[in-house]
Amino acid sequence: MRRIFHPILILILLLAATFSLATLVQPRAQGWDKRGKSGNVLTLLLGDSRRMFANHFFVKADVSFHSGYYPSIFDQAEKPKGSGHMTSEEGSPEAEEHERKMSFLGEPRDWVERFGRHFFITHHTHLENGNEREILPWLKLSAELDPQRIDTYVVASYWLRNRLGKVSEAEEFLRQGLRNNPNNYELLYEMGCLYNENYHDSSRARHIWELALRRWHEQEPAKKEPDLIDLDKITIHLARLEEHEGNWDRAIEYLEAAMKSSPNPDVLRQQIEELKAKQRDPKTAKESSRG
Amino acid sequence: MNTVFALATVVIKELYRRKDFYVLFVMTAVITLVMGSVSFFNDPKIVRYLKEICLLLIWISALVIAIGTTARQIPAERENRTIFPLLAKPVTRGQVVAGKFAGCWLACALALLMFYVFFCVISGTREGNWSLLQNFQAFWLQCAMVGVVVALVLLGSVIFTAPSSNATISFVVVIGILLLGRHLNQVALHQPEPLRTLVYTIYFLIPHLEWYDVRDFVIYDQGAIAWVDCLLATLYAAVYATLLLFATWLVFRRKPLNL
Repeated sequence: MRRIFHPILILILLLAATFSLATLVQPRAQGWDKRGKSGNVLTLLLGDSRRMFANHFFVKADVSFHSGYYPSIFDQAEKPKGSGHMTSEEGSPEAEEHERKMSFLGEPRDWVERFGRHFFITHHTHLENGNEREILPWLKLSAELDPQRIDTYVVASYWLRNRLGKVSEAEEFLRQGLRNNPNNYELLYEMGCLYNENYHDSSRARHIWELALRRWHEQEPAKKEPDLIDLDKITIHLARLEEHEGNWDRAIEYLEAAMKSSPNPDVLRQQIEELKAKQRDPKTAKESSRG
Repeated sequence: MNTVFALATVVIKELYRRKDFYVLFVMTAVITLVMGSVSFFNDPKIVRYLKEICLLLIWISALVIAIGTTARQIPAERENRTIFPLLAKPVTRGQVVAGKFAGCWLACALALLMFYVFFCVISGTREGNWSLLQNFQAFWLQCAMVGVVVALVLLGSVIFTAPSSNATISFVVVIGILLLGRHLNQVALHQPEPLRTLVYTIYFLIPHLEWYDVRDFVIYDQGAIAWVDCLLATLYAAVYATLLLFATWLVFRRKPLNL
């Protein structure tokens, strides 16, 4: 009997079918990609649970920063809140408070606990001498999983530009953060710091901080608990910049604005008085500006 | 002693004939190498994340090999009816238990040795610091812990009817101890009586396997642990393993061998 369906004919038919299906499915598949905000595989696979993993990796960065000495879920009450301690300077009140909170172990309760302490890290240290780089992979992973988490970009940028000398990498990472979170004042503030402290480009830093301040005023005042700490940081930095440039009026203006949010308004009041004195006596002001 | 050694050799041969170890080793190597090839912020000196991932995979693989290999030893002998000619050699039931334990433990130790050699090569070449003493301590303590796990699973294999249920329960118990063992006393203090006494009793009764997890010392280069502490921890593991093996023998010597 003669074969009607030659294998090559079947193969050609199947190829035609797959090609037709591909033309149908391709436009839809592009639509699936758009559903995920970043459009990457992780977003498609994990959905919103990626935020949980992102948080885990952010905590992992903190654990790495403390070289493994970190409170467990059972020591939650003493767990460091936020990420301020990761970017605080040694000797600052924030660092001292963190030091107090991290002495969570106390005296061992029994012989099992006493002996067990030989097998895990029991002293509080922070990474130093360039070893801070070890927290970066966890922060990068955290940002990939949750691009809307601002802390990740701020902490990574701080270490990259201040301790590891990787300013362009810090800028690139902050720009990635701004692409994912346009108009975020925290990222704009950090970008301003980068331009002012690392590139010494005060003009650009001023523009970025002014933009950050505008964004703060657009987003925060309507909130029940506005973020006054960041308002304080932005206005103080703008005031210092204007003071350095000799724009006394603007500096006083920013310090007055900062007084509303600062935890130490008396110190700022004194600084305003000093600026006013400089304004009255331009000769002294010039000398202090040069100094 | 020769009988025990002969039984142990059979178990070791079984491990290298099966695919479990090779699959887990290749998986660990591939994941570690892929993660190692990723560049974070153009900094080639970053290494701790790689050590952490590699050691985590080693711990998971070691537990899978230890529990998987041990759980099927005695049930397989009974199911295939090879236990009868074995006991007719003559081999006592105590020797069977000791031989199976020695075989499983040595097989796991051999597998662990291969994993740690790989870990040393990866971390040493990347970091430029071989830390052989720390790595040896981590390897030795993990071997001691695996000994307790093997003895525990062997006891489970004479209590539970199926190897699958034994393996599942053993996994839950071992992971439970690793995660919670250190904190049970803290949990107990927050409970009302008589729950407090019960939890505290469990805390003192369980083998504290979490002591043997010294990965943080290796990852964060925190120096070596005192040898006295290592020795005491080894003795503690030996006492628990002996106790569990004795309990296994007590159950096994009166157990009917027909299914």
